Amino acid sequence: MLHAFADWLAQTQTSNVIQNVSWIIPTVQTIHIVCVAIVISATFLVSLRVLGIFDRAQPIAALTHRFLPWIWYALVVLLVTGSLLIIGEPNRSLMNPAFAAKMTMLVVVASLTAVLQRPLATDAAYWDVSGQRRLTAKSIAVLSLILWSLIVFAGRWIAYVGSLE
Amino acid sequence: MLDGLFQKLHDLPLSEWIRANELAFPWLESVHVLAITLVLGSIAVVDLRLLGLASVKRPVTELLRNILPVTWIAFAVAFITGSGMFLSNAVDYSKNFPFRMKMLLLVLAGLNMLAFHFITYRSISQWNDSAHTPPAARWAGGFSVLMWLAIVAFGRWIGFTIGF
Repeated sequence: MLHAFADWLAQTQTSNVIQNVSWIIPTVQTIHIVCVAIVISATFLVSLRVLGIFDRAQPIAALTHRFLPWIWYALVVLLVTGSLLIIGEPNRSLMNPAFAAKMTMLVVVASLTAVLQRPLATDAAYWDVSGQRRLTAKSIAVLSLILWSLIVFAGRWIAYVGSLE
Repeated sequence: MLDGLFQKLHDLPLSEWIRANELAFPWLESVHVLAITLVLGSIAVVDLRLLGLASVKRPVTELLRNILPVTWIAFAVAFITGSGMFLSNAVDYSKNFPFRMKMLLLVLAGLNMLAFHFITYRSISQWNDSAHTPPAARWAGGFSVLMWLAIVAFGRWIGFTIGF
């Protein structure tokens, strides 16, 4: 079914324009990477702070407040640019195992980020009140570093892993 | 003269190994992209502070002290992985227009950083805590943002001009 959808998408007019105007895909990919840079840097800095490696003098809530709002804006742009890239080459992405892995990890890590961010809105010291909570926050930070890295890798590997036809 | 050097680099056993090993280039590229996103984002944090647009309540010195180690580690990783990619096809890259532009802009970004560090930064005690940074600091921040965005754009463009 996904295959049929990809084939249909590939012959729409929008797809044809993206395929045939040579500067569109590199430009959209560049915007995509810049937004990835925002998300990666924001989440890495927050995770490194939670792990006590970066900016220890600042409370965790100060860093999540400074950096995390950016990732939700960037994710919206990523959704748009990512969609354009899919419309341009539907079979390359939709039928690609690396793409499927990327989307799965994205849902998991976005949820984890929300879990980390939400309680801080009402209680800035939420992750510092007990050893148990500190451990939970650190576990989320480690998972987040790993998953975001793998998401970037999977994104690049879409170009190398063949699509399932 | 330089052509001979690039040919020698191209012929190194390491370059040969990267070409022969099917997984080497994709992994170098993956790590390169991850590193460059961290360079771009962490430098942007500094640039936005210099522009007086974000982190304005934090002293500039404190922000630099915390963020620059992240930037430099990421830059080192990007440099090493980028060198590996370059070695795999040194002759073609050295003649490639977007690659040359990327290198030129990297040098300009470096000169901008040096000028900021050795000239503008000397008066830091007067504006360390202020959102109103001097014009020279704003120029440094704005120029840096533009350079790094263009570096990413040219970097992506390389991939469309040299095929693997």
